[in-house]
Amino acid sequence: MANANTPAEDGTLLGWINARFPLTRMWEEQWGKYYAPKNLNNWYLFGSLSLFVLVLQIVTGIFLTMNYKPSAAEAFGSVEYIMRDVEWGWLIRYLHSTGASAFFLVVYLHMFRAMLYGSYRKPRELLWIFGMVIYLVLMAEAFFGYLLPWGNMSYWGAQVIVSLFGTLPVIGAGLVEWIRGDFYISDITLNRFFALHVIALPLLLVFLVVAHLLALHEVGSNNPDGIDVKKHKGPDGHPLDSIPSHPYYSVKDIMGLTAFLVLFCAVVFFAPTLGGLFLEAPNFEPANPMQTPEHIAPVWYFTPFYAMLRAVPAFLGTQVWGVLVMGAAIVLLFFLPWLDRSPVRSIRYRGPIYKIALALFVIWFVVLGYCGLMPAVEPFKTLSVIGTIYYFAYLLLMPWFTRIDSHKPEPERVTYHAH
Amino acid sequence: MTEQVDKGRRQLLTAATALTGAVGAAFAAAPFLASWKPSARAKALGAPVEIDISKLETGSMLKVEWRGKPVWVVRRSQEMVGALDAVDPLLADPGSESSEQPDFARNPARALKPEYLVVLGVCTHLGCAPLSRFTPGDAELGADWPGGFYCPCHGSKFDLSGRVFKGVPAPTNLAVPPYAFVDDNHILVGADQSRAA
Repeated sequence: MANANTPAEDGTLLGWINARFPLTRMWEEQWGKYYAPKNLNNWYLFGSLSLFVLVLQIVTGIFLTMNYKPSAAEAFGSVEYIMRDVEWGWLIRYLHSTGASAFFLVVYLHMFRAMLYGSYRKPRELLWIFGMVIYLVLMAEAFFGYLLPWGNMSYWGAQVIVSLFGTLPVIGAGLVEWIRGDFYISDITLNRFFALHVIALPLLLVFLVVAHLLALHEVGSNNPDGIDVKKHKGPDGHPLDSIPSHPYYSVKDIMGLTAFLVLFCAVVFFAPTLGGLFLEAPNFEPANPMQTPEHIAPVWYFTPFYAMLRAVPAFLGTQVWGVLVMGAAIVLLFFLPWLDRSPVRSIRYRGPIYKIALALFVIWFVVLGYCGLMPAVEPFKTLSVIGTIYYFAYLLLMPWFTRIDSHKPEPERVTYHAH
Repeated sequence: MTEQVDKGRRQLLTAATALTGAVGAAFAAAPFLASWKPSARAKALGAPVEIDISKLETGSMLKVEWRGKPVWVVRRSQEMVGALDAVDPLLADPGSESSEQPDFARNPARALKPEYLVVLGVCTHLGCAPLSRFTPGDAELGADWPGGFYCPCHGSKFDLSGRVFKGVPAPTNLAVPPYAFVDDNHILVGADQSRAA
């Protein structure tokens, strides 16, 4: 027999479904009657935008696989075929390639929002961790996808990244051979990267996004004041400062999506390569195992970490140290909820030390990203070293400087001005 | 007949079942993980290749592919070989102590016959292909450049024996693949001496 929450049938189609599947209940719990603070600003658009881009990537990706051939002999040609001969193929591909960069852009802004308003703080630690895992899987997804066009930059980029595992002591060489399934990046490697890119990781991503949203809707959204809205509830049991997501945030997110699409389409139609930043020139040549491009740089969203990798010199006959530093840079972010010891969450009520430290963190992250795009010459080498040191100093010293920093009193209720 | 539940027994059985299941899962995972290893075809295609060096002129380089990697054969002049010891102080591993090569190549020429250098054209930093810059005092690399290889990716430098310079990202000398001379004009790359004989 149905459980206690199952509504009785009322003669409508919806009623018939609801007696058999919690459709209305799911909609109301996850969005329709999900109450979010009313003071969410534009920084809060990037979550729904990430979701949109995920759907865009899945849909365009499905259509690309209909014409793409995952073999070393045919991959490059099949992408050219999509671009020239398939009806609207160029649009589908540019949506997908621009979507990859857009995904990282909105995810980085989404993560920065969390850092601005302390959204990762208790009780949202697990929400942050799910988000970080999504970020990691997204990086893997992007990396595997980047090999598929089988251009020369695809090829050598994969060569460099796979070689990173080879620096691990003892298991390195065997591990690299296992990842490639061959003695070099070959047809076999391409074929398995394709499988991971179109099936394994997208499934995992969707699953993780569901977990991320469930966790969010369980604990409730943070807000730009970083205060707990659940302390003041109205007679209906909902926080006084919260409004239902539908229609209020549905409308706002659609507004955000419209603005995003204007910019996104401008890139897709007028600058799909974005000056070599979104699609790199050497990738318009087929992969050539015998010829390295003059200058190898990963796509922009990896370059801050790539700069860290290059900033660390080899010593003791191995260059595993750079790889470890790069890994640690990401692992440390997982611990952000516990590194931050400030009594307040939001940047609005934090003291000058945190504000300056966070601003410098953003600046150095961008500088590192720029250095990672450039050849390993001065001044980029020195800047990469300083940037790497700052990145780690910021995270490792955070327990200390967030504690000694001053802070302003938080308000009881959210700051909100009706328009 | 007793209604009492033996919790200890139940826990033991649960743990034993879980453990058996985990072992089973590990066994079931093994074929999937092993399927990622190089296939029989990949291994067959990785077999040794023979290089004809009869037309290779002094001071020039031949590139062939072995296991998808570029193998370089450089025919060095007497002067090139003679100048090798002079660069020792600039090198990170002049004696090839911590580099990868067959034992027969652990010498300054890093070769079976000093005239012929056989190395993998794969930078030991992150696998790029270094460029040949054999002329001493190369315009790009400065007047004190002794001649060798330069990796455009991250600036690693190697001498004419593929030995790495100090202060560059690459940690070790260019790897020397196993190879052997079939006769004076043919090198077999991927086979050690015993197999070529």
